[in-house]
Amino acid sequence: MAGQTLYDKLWSQHLVKQREDGSALIYIDRQLLHEVTSPQAFEGLRLAGRKPWRLDANLATPDHNVPTTLKERAAGNAGILDPVSLIQVQTLDDNCEAFGIEEFRINDARQGIVHVVGPEQGATLPGMTVVCGDSHTATHGAFAALAHGIGTSEVEHVLATQCLVAQKMKNLRVRVEGRLGTGVTAKDIVLAVIGRIGTAGGTGYAIEFAGSAIRDLSMEGRMTICNMAIEAGARVGLVGVDDTTIDYLRERPYAPTGEQWDAAVAAWRELVSDEDAVFDKEVVFDAAEIAPQVSWGTSPEMVAPIEGEVPDPATIDDDTVKRGVTRALEYMGLSPRQKITDIRLDKVFIGSCTNSRIEDLREAAKVAKGKKVADSIALAMVVPGSGLVKRQAEAEGLDKIFLEAGFEWREPGCSMCLAMNADKLGAGEHCASTSNRNFEGRQGYGGRTHLVSPAMAAAAAIAGHFVDVRDTTLSPREA
Amino acid sequence: MQALKQHQGLVAPLDRANVDTDLIIPKQFLKSIKRTGFGPNLFDELRYLDEGYPGQDASQRPLNPDFVLNQPRYRDASILLTRRNFGCGSSREHAPWALEDFGFRVIIAPSFADIFYNNAFKNGILLVPLDEGTVERLFQEVEASEGYRLAVDLEAQTVTTPSGEVLHFEIDEFRKHCLLNGLDDIGLTLEHEAAIRDFEMKHRSAHPWLFRDREVS
Repeated sequence: MAGQTLYDKLWSQHLVKQREDGSALIYIDRQLLHEVTSPQAFEGLRLAGRKPWRLDANLATPDHNVPTTLKERAAGNAGILDPVSLIQVQTLDDNCEAFGIEEFRINDARQGIVHVVGPEQGATLPGMTVVCGDSHTATHGAFAALAHGIGTSEVEHVLATQCLVAQKMKNLRVRVEGRLGTGVTAKDIVLAVIGRIGTAGGTGYAIEFAGSAIRDLSMEGRMTICNMAIEAGARVGLVGVDDTTIDYLRERPYAPTGEQWDAAVAAWRELVSDEDAVFDKEVVFDAAEIAPQVSWGTSPEMVAPIEGEVPDPATIDDDTVKRGVTRALEYMGLSPRQKITDIRLDKVFIGSCTNSRIEDLREAAKVAKGKKVADSIALAMVVPGSGLVKRQAEAEGLDKIFLEAGFEWREPGCSMCLAMNADKLGAGEHCASTSNRNFEGRQGYGGRTHLVSPAMAAAAAIAGHFVDVRDTTLSPREA
Repeated sequence: MQALKQHQGLVAPLDRANVDTDLIIPKQFLKSIKRTGFGPNLFDELRYLDEGYPGQDASQRPLNPDFVLNQPRYRDASILLTRRNFGCGSSREHAPWALEDFGFRVIIAPSFADIFYNNAFKNGILLVPLDEGTVERLFQEVEASEGYRLAVDLEAQTVTTPSGEVLHFEIDEFRKHCLLNGLDDIGLTLEHEAAIRDFEMKHRSAHPWLFRDREVS
């Protein structure tokens, strides 16, 4: 019998019941909650007279709506100027209080983007099933946790039953072998993967990221990659457990201790795909060939290497694709065959659940150190992923580097990744963004998003247009 | 959830691949804490010429005359015909809430994004996958003939065109059963309460570190 993939193992360890109609009930170990996708779920529980199945499985924090300026944050919830946002954040507080769910409120140092907070607290552990009403829940798969983004009805379902109705996915392995070039990061790997397999390339699959280049990444880098599995259409991204995983988790507040830590580590070591496991599909990349990536269009698959150019729709055969590219160029205000380095920028955003962890900020700070943001940039902002990331960055002096270079240094939250708070692009503005989606209007009505790594975003802020971070004398990834 | 057995309705063609959930319902409308009222903001950025915000009177906004749902012939559509990978992007259930609130009960496309697929069925919207060639042909038929309607039969898993052509589609048994009967799946899952408790007990003894109440003193 062939061996099991990591996904197969996680699935079978959580299978409560396989039903005859092909659906299954899987047990959920952790649910993360935020203010946007939970209010209707709590309301549903109330209307049906149900209670949460298991309180200690849940952890909540507001992130999407929270303001990121110190002035507004100083007043806590009362500082939220948008009355509709305020109601949503207040509703999360009220629901957590009423049902007895642990919450890191707006000015708790542990507050932040759910996908930064979970791992940082050790609330995400290998071998867990993790859900959240947010598609970027795939992030937690970096810890060999089976992590799904779910909708609000499913949030309610998990609250009420501790289970999710699911169907087994197929297995896709993305293997990245070899060494990344200097200045090339996890973000470039995942953008290159999406650029090749497309935004529906992973639909119906759980993607396991493997190969020596993945093993060489820190947990932060692995989270960046799993985070964007959904941008390749896969609800689940995974990386097997190794020493890097275990070292990251040691002494995290929610991680086990003492004898339980030892027992847990022994169990976690098994959370890798077997040597002889069979994948339904495999794609292989050579890390050395991956250049820093920049998205030019309105879908994350519309990416090019920094030395490349915007495509010419005239050279595309498939009609649907051609119309998509034409429309994207029109929306983005770009011309066919325009060089990526000729794209001028108005704003720069370093943050989001993809790239707001300490390592991301370090890489951006290395590029920004001693430099100045170009005069043509209206706003360059750095938004740490959590209060603890912010604290750590300040302890390392990164805030000073950013402030001296002309970046704004903000309070934690999702911020301009989706612009539900006041941080947004104006119509027609181009933004170098370390976030995950470049959809029309995503960062603000008429805004034009270019997805890049933190180092590339910082370099673009200084130059005022995209530049190859490898051409500078800096080496964000020192060997 | 509203049951759906058969549905006959006017078809609107949205000729675009990779329609993402940000396009279906932009984020500013996600601040609502209700499940209803999203219909006027469905496809907001395509539908109106100005920028939308919550609490606005949509009837006073300038419509984009080029957008398909603003054309009088498609105004009462309840079946949306679109291209591959519909519903990609975020997990916001506000997307199916908006589609449903507008009046769509059936969406036909070559493929759908995974999370959207789940969310739509939980809100009584039937997603019908048909191959690219068939979808292309339906686009041509819809555009060529005003008042084009399709008849969908979930029990038989068929779509019937005005010319009488019968197209078969796939759907898994569980979703079919729930939609045919309008079932609340929390209720269905709780029928397995004993199995869940049993699993939970074994899971806890094998992986005690997954249960934080272990340390309650």
